[in-house]
Amino acid sequence: MNVALAPADEPAAAARLAHPAARALIRRHYFRWWEALPWAAAIGFYFAFPAYLAFGTELLITVLFALSLDLALGYAGIITLGHAAFFGTGAYAVGLLAFHGVWTEPITSLVLAAMVAAAIGFASGLVLLRTRGLTLLMLTICTMALLQEAANMAHDYTGGFDGLPNLPIAPIFGAFAFNPLYDNTQYLYALAVLLISFLFVRTLVYSPFGQSLTGIRENLLRMHAVGAPVRRRLVICYTISAALAGVAGGLWAQTNAYVNLSALDLDRAATVLIILILGGYGRLYGAFVGAAAYLALEHFLARVYPTAWQLGLGLLLVAIALFAHNGILGIGAMLWRRYGRRRAAA
Amino acid sequence: MTAISLETEGLSRHFGALTAVNRVDFKLAAGARHALIGPNGAGKTTFINLLTGVLMPTRGRVLLAGRDITARAQAERVKLGIARTFQINRLFRGLSALENVCISVAERVGAAPSMFYPAGRRADVIEESMHLLETLKLGDAARHRVSELPYGRQRLVELAIAIGLRPQVLLLDEPAAGVPSAETHIILDAIERLPEQIAVLIIEHDMDVVFRFARRVTVMVGGAVFAEGTPREIEANPQVRSVYLGQAAELAAHG
Repeated sequence: MNVALAPADEPAAAARLAHPAARALIRRHYFRWWEALPWAAAIGFYFAFPAYLAFGTELLITVLFALSLDLALGYAGIITLGHAAFFGTGAYAVGLLAFHGVWTEPITSLVLAAMVAAAIGFASGLVLLRTRGLTLLMLTICTMALLQEAANMAHDYTGGFDGLPNLPIAPIFGAFAFNPLYDNTQYLYALAVLLISFLFVRTLVYSPFGQSLTGIRENLLRMHAVGAPVRRRLVICYTISAALAGVAGGLWAQTNAYVNLSALDLDRAATVLIILILGGYGRLYGAFVGAAAYLALEHFLARVYPTAWQLGLGLLLVAIALFAHNGILGIGAMLWRRYGRRRAAA
Repeated sequence: MTAISLETEGLSRHFGALTAVNRVDFKLAAGARHALIGPNGAGKTTFINLLTGVLMPTRGRVLLAGRDITARAQAERVKLGIARTFQINRLFRGLSALENVCISVAERVGAAPSMFYPAGRRADVIEESMHLLETLKLGDAARHRVSELPYGRQRLVELAIAIGLRPQVLLLDEPAAGVPSAETHIILDAIERLPEQIAVLIIEHDMDVVFRFARRVTVMVGGAVFAEGTPREIEANPQVRSVYLGQAAELAAHG
C-alpha cells in the first residue's frame, strides 16, 4: 500500500478536513469576538480620559514597538536585545527630514522611516542571523550601540546629545494638525497606524510564511531538513520587524515633535523586551497586554512610590519568570484551559 | 541491474586527525530496502550527514540519479528528493502533530513563502497532512501537541515529517531508537508500508529489524565499508560475525 501517494477520494478528503485538528487549523485565522476588546478599549479611552491622551499615544506606540519585536522574537525566535536600533532609525529618519525642512508630511514620512529601518534591518540581519543565542544577542546590542554613537557623533545633523527639538510636522491630509497641548490628533493617528500595522502582522503570522517562522522557532535544524531556506526566511522576518519598529519610532518622533538619543537606547530595547515577556510573546496580543500593564504600573506605582516603583515591576517579572513562562496572556490561557477541562469533566 | 538512485564515490570526511568516513563507495538502488549497520562510532550517522548535506565531505562525490550534488546545500538536496529522519527526534515540539506534518508538506508544495493569505486556506496541505497521519495510524493524535505524545508515536511523527516531503530517497537514522520494544512493531509496520518506489536506507542496531526489513546490507567499520551483501550473505560472513554481529550479540546478552 502506498502511504503518501494514494490518490485522495473526495468524501474521504472532506472527512479529513472535518477532523477537529484540521478544523482548528482551517479556522485559526478567523477573528474572535474578544479581538475587538483592545480596540474598543482604545476608543473608549479616547472619550473617557481626554486628559490622558498623551499617555495613551505613548501606550499605542509602545504596543506597535512590542508587536514588531513579537514578530522577530516571539514568532521566529530571533533573540534580540537591540530592537531600539530600528525604533531609533525610524525616529531619526522622520526627525532629520522634518528638522532640516526636507519632508514634513507625516504619512509618507512614516513610509520612509519604515524603508530606512528595513534597509538597516536587512543589512544587519544578513550578518547577524548567521549567528544564534548569546552571540546574536550581543551583536544586536552592538548594532544598536553603533547607531547610537553614530547619531551622537553626527551632531551637526542630529543635534548629538541634545537631539532635534521642535520638529515641524505637517498636518495629516493637510487638515489635522498636531497640537502639543491636546493630543487628540496624535492619539487617533497613532491608533490608525497601529490598527493597520496590526492587521498586517496578523495576516503575516497566520500565513504559511508565519507558520514556517514558527517552525524555525520550534526546531531550526528540522526546518533545514524539510528544505526550508531558513536564513532567508529569518532575514525577511527581521527586515519586516525592523520596518515596523521604524514606524513606531517615526510615530514617536512625530507625536512628540522631537528626537533624541534615547530612541536608540539599550534602556528602550530592554523595556520593550520586558513588556513583551510580561504580556506573553508569540501570541499577537501579548504586546497590547504587556504595554498596558507596564505603562500602567509605571504611571501609577511611580505616583505612589516615586523612588521604588521599579521594585514592584521587578517582583511581577520574577513571579512571571517563575510561574508563568508565557506572561499575563499565558496565565490567562492556562486558566481558560483549566476551566474548560473542569467544565468538560462536570 | 536496477537504476542507481543515490551513489557516493570515494567519500571521505575528516575531523582533524580523525577519519570519520573513509573513501566510501556506496550505491543505493532505486526502490532499495537497504540497511547500514556497524558498531558505534563506525561513521554511519556522519555518512548520512554527508548524504544530506549537513556536512560537506573532505573528499569524494555524492550523486543523485547520476547528478553530482556534492556542492548542494541541505535544503536544495531536500528539493531534489532526499529526506531523512533523526536518531533523536527533531520535532516542532510546541505544535500539534498535524501542524508538524503541515510544515513539511507546505514546504514541499511551495506554499511556505506565501505571506498574504491564511495557512488555513490551503486545504490541500491540511488534507494531505491529515491523510498521511491517518495512514500512519496517528489520526487520533493529530490535534495533540507532539511533546505530549508517547515516545513511540513521536517517532511516527518524525517519520511522517520526512514522508510528507515525498522523497525519492529516504534515510532513516535508527527509526526505532528509544521506542519501548512492545511498540517497535508500529514503527516497523509503517516502514514496511512505505511506497515501493522510495529508496530507503536505514541505520539500525536491532538485527531482527535489519533482517526483517532489508534486502541489502552494508557493514561499516571504522569509517569504511567492511562488507556488503544480502542479509543472508552478511549473516554468514565470518568476519562480519566476529567484528559486529558477535559484538552485538554480546551487547544484547549484557544489556
